[in-house]
Amino acid sequence: MHRPHPRVRGIGAVAIVVAALALLVAGCGSSSKSSNTTGSTSKSGSGTSGLVPPTHGMAVPQSVGKGEGSLNLIAWEGYTLPDWVKPFEQQSGCTVHAKFAGTSSEMVSLMANGGGGQYDMVSASGDADLRLIYGGDVRPVNIDLIPAWKDFHPFLQNPSFNTIDGVHYGVSLQFGPNVLLYSTAALPAAPTSWSTIYSSQYSGKVSVPNNPIQIADAALYLSKTQPNLGITDPYELTQSQFDAAVNLLKQQKPLIKKYWNLASEEESLFQNREVVVGAAWPLQTGDLKKAGFPAADTIPSEGATGWADSWLLATKAPHPNCAYLWMQYISTPKPQAQQALSFGETPANSKACDVMNTLEKGGCARLHADKPDAYFQTIQFWKTPLAQCGNGNSDCVPFQKWVNAWTQITG
Amino acid sequence: MTIETARAGRAGPRAARISAALWRRPWLRGALTLSPALAWFLVIYLASLVVMLVTAFWSVDPFTNNLQHQLTLANFRQVFTPTYEHIIWRTVLLAALVTLTDAVLALPFAYFMARVASHRVRNLLFMGVLLPLWASYLARVYAWIVILTKGGTLNWAFRHVGLPEPNIGYTSTAMWLVFSYIWLPFMIIPVYTALERIPDSLIEASSDLGARNSRTLRGIVLPLALPGVVAGSIFTFSLTLGDFITPLLIGGTNSSLIGNVIYDNIGTANNLPFAAALAIIPIVIMTVYLLTARAFGAFEAM
Repeated sequence: MHRPHPRVRGIGAVAIVVAALALLVAGCGSSSKSSNTTGSTSKSGSGTSGLVPPTHGMAVPQSVGKGEGSLNLIAWEGYTLPDWVKPFEQQSGCTVHAKFAGTSSEMVSLMANGGGGQYDMVSASGDADLRLIYGGDVRPVNIDLIPAWKDFHPFLQNPSFNTIDGVHYGVSLQFGPNVLLYSTAALPAAPTSWSTIYSSQYSGKVSVPNNPIQIADAALYLSKTQPNLGITDPYELTQSQFDAAVNLLKQQKPLIKKYWNLASEEESLFQNREVVVGAAWPLQTGDLKKAGFPAADTIPSEGATGWADSWLLATKAPHPNCAYLWMQYISTPKPQAQQALSFGETPANSKACDVMNTLEKGGCARLHADKPDAYFQTIQFWKTPLAQCGNGNSDCVPFQKWVNAWTQITG
Repeated sequence: MTIETARAGRAGPRAARISAALWRRPWLRGALTLSPALAWFLVIYLASLVVMLVTAFWSVDPFTNNLQHQLTLANFRQVFTPTYEHIIWRTVLLAALVTLTDAVLALPFAYFMARVASHRVRNLLFMGVLLPLWASYLARVYAWIVILTKGGTLNWAFRHVGLPEPNIGYTSTAMWLVFSYIWLPFMIIPVYTALERIPDSLIEASSDLGARNSRTLRGIVLPLALPGVVAGSIFTFSLTLGDFITPLLIGGTNSSLIGNVIYDNIGTANNLPFAAALAIIPIVIMTVYLLTARAFGAFEAM
């Protein structure tokens, strides 16, 4: 009756085999270490000594040649819809192959080793840009070859997330603010401060994104409410500033109903009356309004964080001419407007507004593309938090610590 | 065709020699038959485990996100800090609770199926148990969101019978409920198998010797059902231990499980070494669990 099953007795043997193989691989790992570390020290070495991107000296083309017939993109889903990709393929002769990435980190992984000679461009967000630039995965772009660039909003021409020391590593694409979304049924008057989601007024009826970059939102709020902390950039936090932001979020936790993972999730939280206020994207506001739910959004007095995406050029791009043709095309008003309306974001090209209104009545105002530059100045765009931050002391908290702290807050 | 094979066997002296050599060495015959499966097991299954084990001792350059191949214990030191210990305990506790709930639900149900129900009813019940497995896991979890949310079916029902609304959407209670529902079939089937195997003669002997039903239940049925319960618990326990979708969708603010932290460290932080170190914890827990289960003879009921 108590005969040990042979399969189970095997567990011990399997464990031994696994352990032995592990030792073997670990041995190989450390013996090949010398070659690996030389590669990585040269990278991180250049990073610490004055922060120079490894590819900053690469030559840029002075003119765009004939397309190579093909273009391989890593993109957010919805960024390469036929509406604006088809016309490009017809006029340039470059067939677009898009690979969708789910997260910024996935984009960084796919772009490892300069795109591996496989990918030409990536539609990276600000929280991935600096990782790609300082990782040597993307290379300088000659911005003079992109005529529409001069029509970009000034703050998106040389933003610090894709332009280092005057060298462009790509072109800005679209952006949007992280807004304060609220149910107008529960909050008849528009809230004016982010304190709405940090004070106990709406305890248990608040939802914020399940994303470590949310720490920057707390830091932005603290930069205005506790000026003695000396926060100037919510993505460049010293340990004490970081701790203050994390503390604020820990105090906020009992007020949270749920940290949302998907935009649709937050929408159903509002529709089910689980929450009445939260941090969101304009996308959710639009969707809720379309569904007939009484919702509105606002950028409170403290300002807001936001995201901005750029097309970056891979170091080992196999089709550089098609990549330049794509940058030229995607920066022009029509595709900018099409993508903005389809995805619910604001185009980088300031001339896209008219096209947006032609394509959808009031489309420009819906996505705040008609606002003056002062409005956009209130947005602090996502960028990778690095230890080597602007204060020259290299004592800022890097992104990995942000992730750990976020687990500590939400777990 | 048989004639042709036979002729081929006789006609080819080389084939005959090979066949004879194999006949003389049964271990070789076994090795050749097993080698494709064994190779698959070694390469796909064990090798990936090994890679994960090794990765757990590496680290990630915080700046470029490149793997650094120096051996370090930093990841394990981090796993054993209060934040992650707390999450590990929560995961184990939830897995244990779900297992217990499923065992309590499955025992009477499986007993009815195995020993009371007619053939027809038994088939219908089998269908009932297995039917939910035909639907997507996601669809079933979303269905529970609709039930448990504030404006959902559960609150509606409580309100209509005049009870206070339970409001358990997006809480750990909701997670426990959903997990217990989703993994229940994996408990019922092994328990049913164990109960069905109990010879009628044992139960008859028990009552012939004057034991009441409760005594028979305690002395005969439960001990013989135990290996089935343990076998089922391996499924319910390990499936809960590794899940991250249900906490993501239906959990509240205190609902991160080991799987969620692994997911975050891969998806958001791209910190594979730490994720690997964390992934070793469920493996260790399951190894201990399996060895304990073996002591209960669980593997004979599978």
